[in-house]
Amino acid sequence: MNRSLSHQMKIIVAIKQVPERDARIRIDASGKWIDLQDVEFAMNESDAYALEEALQLKEAQGGEVIVLSAGPERVGRTIREALAKGADRAIHIESADEGELAKFDALGVARLLAAAIEGEQADLILTGLQSDDLGLGQTGVILAELLGLPHATLILKIEKTEQNSKQGIKVLRELEDGWFQHLELPTPAVLTIQSGNSKLRYATLMGIKRAKTKEVKTIPVSNLMSDPDPVQENPVVQLERVTLPSKQRTTQILGGTPAEAAAALVEKLQFEVRAI
Amino acid sequence: MSSVLVFLEAKHNEISRISWEAMAAGHLLGSSLGLPVDLALVGATNNPIFGTIHGKAPRKVYAIDHTLLHGYTADGYTAACAQLIEHHKPAYVVFPHTYQVRDFAPKLATRFKQVLISDVTGIETGNPPTFIRQLLQGKLNAEYHYAGDAVCFLSVQAGAFRADAKEPGETILEPFLPSLDAAQIRVQAGEPFRASAQTVDLNSASILVSVGRGIKEQANLPIVEELAAALGAELAASRPICDAGWLPMERQVGSSGQTVAPKVYLAVGISGAIQHLVGMKGSQCIVAINKDENAPIFEVADYGIVGDLFEIVPALTAAVRKAKGA
Repeated sequence: MNRSLSHQMKIIVAIKQVPERDARIRIDASGKWIDLQDVEFAMNESDAYALEEALQLKEAQGGEVIVLSAGPERVGRTIREALAKGADRAIHIESADEGELAKFDALGVARLLAAAIEGEQADLILTGLQSDDLGLGQTGVILAELLGLPHATLILKIEKTEQNSKQGIKVLRELEDGWFQHLELPTPAVLTIQSGNSKLRYATLMGIKRAKTKEVKTIPVSNLMSDPDPVQENPVVQLERVTLPSKQRTTQILGGTPAEAAAALVEKLQFEVRAI
Repeated sequence: MSSVLVFLEAKHNEISRISWEAMAAGHLLGSSLGLPVDLALVGATNNPIFGTIHGKAPRKVYAIDHTLLHGYTADGYTAACAQLIEHHKPAYVVFPHTYQVRDFAPKLATRFKQVLISDVTGIETGNPPTFIRQLLQGKLNAEYHYAGDAVCFLSVQAGAFRADAKEPGETILEPFLPSLDAAQIRVQAGEPFRASAQTVDLNSASILVSVGRGIKEQANLPIVEELAAALGAELAASRPICDAGWLPMERQVGSSGQTVAPKVYLAVGISGAIQHLVGMKGSQCIVAINKDENAPIFEVADYGIVGDLFEIVPALTAAVRKAKGA
């Protein structure tokens, strides 16, 4: 295959490991997060779609996919999963324990990510639109601003473009209420990916085997903190405590066998709601 | 003088409902902290949209006007809003949490070395105020404080605050003309379009049977289709079902799909992530069927059945048919 004429893209995908969707929620002793004992972790859903888009771009035009993730040692499993799916190498910003990253706000975490990829000169940086745990939905956008790059959010499709030998991309952005929009951006650029455009692949046995030999560069969080900017040490936004949500409506739970519960519900819908 | 500055958003040349809610959040902050509330909206002062501003009267309304702001771009809006904030020096900046705000407000906050407190669902007044937002897809609430000493940025979730009733007051409309350069805008934005004509109008149905991840497989859909048919209901879904292609996107309820408020919303196997709840929590009666008694959907449900949907849904279909004498 002759790809010498086309510029091959170097793509960084920032992924987060998050508690699994049906993880049991118990507040921990600090009152600031959930008890992580017995909690299973998974790759954040929209980040998995970001990885999928990156792998498809690479398959179509060649290039390199580098996975970037921050967190304690356990994050290594999610990184291996990404490598098994086809990413070429990884950068793991390793925190000493569960608490080290929690001290940073979104800007602090984005600064760590930015510092870790400084030397990479990537053409594209992809990440999911938001995490399933903290749900801030900001990391990609902040990263773009820190790196001085253009960005676009809620992206479903990415196409490479070339105009007057200027490299760029054309993307499909989801808007609210079923509307869409195309955007054109020069590269390098940062995109946050909405879920649902492609079917996620599974790692093959061969992929899992190959992943073991792929490079994972580990950078301790403390190594990235040499930056003298005080933002990292003094988060401007602080999480004080977490609580279990209180009910917005009083829910009547209808018990009994499925048939009994169904009959009770139909009665409510008939005589109280008057909808049947 | 310090103040609360609320950025409104227009959609199809009307100020969006969530903007009024953001304005109410701004007034709540302002009155508790003794700060005046000012507004800002992109548009020329002679645009009739400025005449539609209602609710508690703000002190000042800025009409941010520049030809480069005629279509939205993150670069253009960030630069313009940053200049207004530098000029006006508010203590708090409040946004409606829309897709557009999500696209540029984090960038704007970063420019001021601040962090947007996004998707706020509640404010406990005090000094400093406590901002509440949801974690883990709505399974946990978190309380945040602003710990900086500059400007605090927040965005409020749709439906979290009630728009204020009209109150008389003096408002000054003032143009704000940012200095922008076409070269600053790196992204070229196309016209918004709809993928296909909507053939399903979920808003016209009085009962919606909505299906989520709990259905597990496309092959299991007939059980909810039968329930919908028995109830004379329209079938809806949460995002993962449409993402998987099991049902068309036009049946999707939630922030990226339709917002509905039927007489009865029957959520089958839907856990109730925030993005889904914002699209249906205005329903008159919400019924949830879910195996997880801690699923957030039960926080908004009037009636709940905890258990295996594969047993409950067929039983419900049978009970509905019996009640209707079919």
